[in-house]
Formats: sequence, structure tokens, C-alpha cells
Amino acid sequence: MKILVCITNVPDTTAKISFTEGDTKFNKAGVQYIIGPYDDYALARAVELKEQLGGSITVINVGEADGEPQIRKALAIGADDAVRVNCDPQDSYFTAAQIAAVAKEGSYDLILMGRESIDFNSGVVHGLVGEMLGMPSFSPVMKLDIDGNTAKFAREIEGGKEYLEAQLPLVLGCQEPIAEWKIPNMRGIMTARTKPLKVVEPVAVDEMATLAQYTLPAPKGACKMIPAEEAETLIALLKTEAKVL
Amino acid sequence: MILIFTELDNGSIKKTSLEAIAYGAKVAEMKGTSAVALAIGNADASELAKAGQYGATKVLHAGASELATENAMAYASVLAAAVQQEGADVVILPKSGLGDAMSARAAAKLNGSVVSGVTELPDLSDGFKVKRSIYTGKAFATVEVKGAIKILGIKKNAIEAVAGSGSAEVVAFAPALGAGDFIAKVVSQEKASGELSLTEADIVVSGGRGMKGPENWQPLLDLASALGAATGCSKPVSDLDWRPHHEHIGQTGIKVAPNLYVACGISGAIQHLAGVNSSKVIVAINKDPEAPFFKAADYGIVGDVFDVLPRLTKAVLDSK
Ligand SMILES: Cc1cc2nc3c(=O)[nH]c(=O)nc-3n(C[C@H](O)[C@H](O)[C@H](O)COP(=O)(O)OP(=O)(O)OC[C@H]3O[C@@H](n4cnc5c(N)ncnc54)[C@H](O)[C@@H]3O)c2cc1C
Ligand SMILES: Nc1ncnc2c1ncn2[C@@H]1O[C@H](COP(=O)(O)O)[C@@H](O)[C@H]1O
Repeated sequence: MKILVCITNVPDTTAKISFTEGDTKFNKAGVQYIIGPYDDYALARAVELKEQLGGSITVINVGEADGEPQIRKALAIGADDAVRVNCDPQDSYFTAAQIAAVAKEGSYDLILMGRESIDFNSGVVHGLVGEMLGMPSFSPVMKLDIDGNTAKFAREIEGGKEYLEAQLPLVLGCQEPIAEWKIPNMRGIMTARTKPLKVVEPVAVDEMATLAQYTLPAPKGACKMIPAEEAETLIALLKTEAKVL
Repeated sequence: MILIFTELDNGSIKKTSLEAIAYGAKVAEMKGTSAVALAIGNADASELAKAGQYGATKVLHAGASELATENAMAYASVLAAAVQQEGADVVILPKSGLGDAMSARAAAKLNGSVVSGVTELPDLSDGFKVKRSIYTGKAFATVEVKGAIKILGIKKNAIEAVAGSGSAEVVAFAPALGAGDFIAKVVSQEKASGELSLTEADIVVSGGRGMKGPENWQPLLDLASALGAATGCSKPVSDLDWRPHHEHIGQTGIKVAPNLYVACGISGAIQHLAGVNSSKVIVAINKDPEAPFFKAADYGIVGDVFDVLPRLTKAVLDSK
């Protein structure tokens, strides 16, 4: 079983978001970075599948050098080797084309991703990569087992779940509870230092979209407090003042 | 030409899709062209013709039996075929799991741009720029869209859908489909029936660990039913199996954008807020006056949910 896991290097979920250079650059100062939480689920399930079935795990990140601590963390959690495509991706099509170019070299049985990145929240890179490689893609996958050449998996649908079966190779966007997030142990951290991390330059792609400007949401007004003894007045306010009932 | 994918739910056009049609019609007006809707799956022509009230002039209906159940890959092929037949250069989809998957596969097929999470009408004064949500609602980015075919996923509430008097002709659409799109076998489906969809709902009532246990959910369900609201929960609540996983809202769960979000016994952790920050009006009910949710809310009640919820339900019912 050869698995490719695609990880993003993203601000921690509690990070305060701000911009610099006239709101054209993300302000990295003081921001803690993590592996995207959904990507972390994908990685965790990949590690379990490898324990069960053997094989190898490659992680890929399309991003700049400051993402390498997160790539090393993925290696410490259990990936065997890593590829970083050296660039600052701004567009899903571009990112997907980079992943597809690397994936073509490796003939992977499974390409696991997160259901969405938490910086762009697009939920499209899996579909793009799938189509670029001529592979089926499914998301969000919340359960995954491999039986020979068949993947048996569950996908969250509106109001419930759908159980599916399909032949490998596949591209899957993952979410909980597919596996529990894994924390690297000491041995993992030691061996990760010497595992191969290959840096490649991006392939050329037609420019599809570029980021022009960032903005922050308007600050929230003060919260109107209603005494608990007068809770009923809330309903009147929602009708007459907020006009949402 | 603008093509709009309209999502169906049991034969009716979803509310978020009516918004997508209104959005597409507006873009068509800005560009001096027409808007065509595409519906896939089972639906009556009379329901589909409703797209006309929101500005579409024609509805392509792909009603083949193998398309009756949702299948993102096959639907993407139908979408790409419709883009080619109609010569569309802008494609609008509602942002949803299905919409995202279709737009991705269609963009790769058509070699087009794809931008998901669009929150406003485009700015056409200098190129084609759209504003989209990023960092899970914590910021926006203005994106210059450069592909010859531009595929946009529209977030709920990006535009108000108001029914007008327009009409649309419904035309059957039957593109050839490849076996590759039907590669997965659907073994079974578990679906709560008759439940309001969280992502479509205009009102969401949501509970956290402050509800103390699954046996205590009735007062929350009563308020939700009085308001005609969908119900949601925080992550620990679904992790503990107090509520089903598909109700989990937040950074790692569903993102909702209702007109009214009522948080009951939820602390307001930043990861939970990430899933609700697109709501128009937020109400927080918490016994702790320092709960972070009050900083993100428009209305707050410091009190015990088990006292406050029944009184709110009664007030709603009394006011009807
Ligand atoms: C990477 C990551 C992703 C995450 N993703 C999500 C996510 O998607 N969604 C999510 O929700 N969380 C998420 N979390 C967890 C999040 O950080 C919080 O732990 C969680 O939201 C807390 O849930 P809660 O408010 O229900 O529980 P608690 O934090 O335990 O809060 C319970 C609240 O109820 C109040 N309360 C207690 N009793 C009563 C009463 N009788 N009446 C009124 N109020 C009462 C308390 O004052 C308290 O404020 C994530 C965390 C991480 C690290
Ligand atoms: N820059 C990137 N490098 C590696 N994988 C990525 C990158 N961007 C997105 N992905 C993968 O694609 C998934 C969906 O991302 P998105 O379409 O941006 O929501 C993520 O969860 C990752 O697994």
C-alpha cells in the first residue's frame, strides 16, 4: 500500500489573523503554525493503515521552507519520506497541479487529504487532483478500511452517512472520526530527523487566480445583555429590533 | 453566458440554490448576458421553472435515472457538458460539499479557475475580482479570477434571493456519461428523515456541554421546534455521542450561516465560533458572565439554560 498524504501548514486554530504591507500579506509574526487539523486526521489514518497492511507513506506540502517543522512532525508521526514543493501557493488549481505532478511519479494507491484546509477552506483540492490524475475522489470521508484492492468507506452527507465501496486508487478528503490525532513519540522525533525530505521546484501552471487584497470583518458591536428574569423580552427584540423572527 | 448549478432536495430547489440563481442572474445583468440554470436529479418541471422567478431564462434538466442519487463525479461531468453546450464563461454553484466537489472536478476538466466561499457580487470594473471568506470566516480575500472559465462557489447569504415575475423554460439535458463516473458502489445510506438541514436553516439552536447530558436535550429541541430551527452542537457534545456527528458545528465541523444562531451552554471557544461567525445575529445563553461567547454575540442572557430555554419557548409560542 503506497499512500500519499497532503498536508497544509496553517495558523493554529486559535491564531489571531492580521495582515501587513497594506493588507496584501499575511502577518506571520507571533503566529503558531500547525498541520491542518483535517490533514492530521488523514495522516493518522494513513499511519494505522500502514501498520495494518504494510507499505509506505509519503507526505507532501506545497509551501515555503517555514513549513518544514510541520513536515518533520508528520515524519515523526509515521510518514516515511516527504516532498515539499517550494512556493507560496495562492490558488487551489495551482496547488492541485503541483500535487498531481508529484503524485504521477509515485503511482500511489491512496491519496489522502483533509476535507478542507483551514486557511482557504475551499474543499476543492481533492477533486482537482482526482480529475487531473483521472482518479475518483470522495469527501468528507469519516471511516476508511481497505480490503485487498477495495476501499470501504463512509462519507458524511447532509443529515447522515453514506457507505461506499470503490476500487483503488482513490483520492479521499478526510475528517473525524476517521482516526484519532496522533502525537509523535520520542523515537519518532529522533528518526524523523534523518528521514528524506525532498524539496522540488513547482511545475509551470497557467495562472488561474491571484490574491489581490485581504480584509478583516467589521468589528462586532457590543452584546446586548438581557437579565435572566426578563428572558422573554429576547423574543420581542429578535422580532422588532434584529428582525430575524 | 452564466450557468448556475441548482441543488435539489427531494425534488425542490434548495434555498441556497435560489441564492445562487439570483447571484448568477445579477452577474448576467452586469455582463449583459443571460443566466441558465442546471438541475440534476428528479424534479417536476413546475418546480424547476421557479428558477425563472430568480432570474434564470432557461433551466437545463438532467433527469436521467442514474443521476437520481447525488454523485459528485457524474454531476461534475454533466456540469462540464452543460458549460460546453451553452458556451458559459462564468459558472455559479452554491457552496456545499456537493458544490465544492463538482466545481473542483469541472474546473480540472475545463481548465478553468475555481474560487470557493465567495461572499459578494464580483467587481468587474478592472478584470474579474471576487471577495471570498478565508481563515474559517476570520478574514476575507479579494481574488482576481483569471481563467477563461470562472467557477464560483457562493456562500449562503452572499445575496438576497427575492422572487420576481420572470419565467424560465425547462429543457431536458442528456449528455453522454462515462462509466468512470459511477465507479463507487453505494452500499447503504443512513439519513435522519424529516430533519431540517443545518446548512440551509435560517435559524439554528445549538447546545454545548452546559446541557449536561443527552437526556436534557428536550428543552432545546422544544425551542428549536417552536422557532422552526435546525439543531446543532459543540464538538465535545458529538464526541461524547450526546448528539449525532452531523450536528457538530465549528472549525472541524459544519459551518453554518443562519440569520439567527442560539448558543445554549456553549463556552464560545474560538474553534466553535469559526463555524458560526457568518451568522447574522447570535444569541448566547450561558450561566457564566465571563463566557467568551458573549464577546461574539449580539444578545446575551446570563442564566441557567434549564430555566431560560422553557421560558423562551413559551414566549415564542405565545407570540404566534
Ligand atoms: C483543533 C481543534 C478543533 C476544534 N474544533 C471544534 C469545533 O469544530 N467545534 C467545537 O465546538 N469545538 C471545537 N474544538 C473544541 C473547543 O476548543 C472547545 O473545547 C469546545 O468548543 C467546548 O465545547 P463547549 O462549549 O460545549 O464545552 P465547555 O467548554 O465545557 O463549555 C460549557 C459551557 O456551558 C456553560 N454552562 C454550564 N452549565 C450551564 C447551565 N446550566 N446553563 C447555562 N450555561 C451553562 C459553562 O459556563 C460553559 O461556558 C476544537 C479544538 C481544537 C483544538
Ligand atoms: N498547499 C498545500 N499543500 C499540500 N496539500 C494541500 C495544500 N493545500 C491543500 N492541500 C490539501 O487539500 C485539502 C483540501 O484543501 P482546500 O481545497 O484548500 O480546502 C487539504 O486538507 C490538504 O490535504
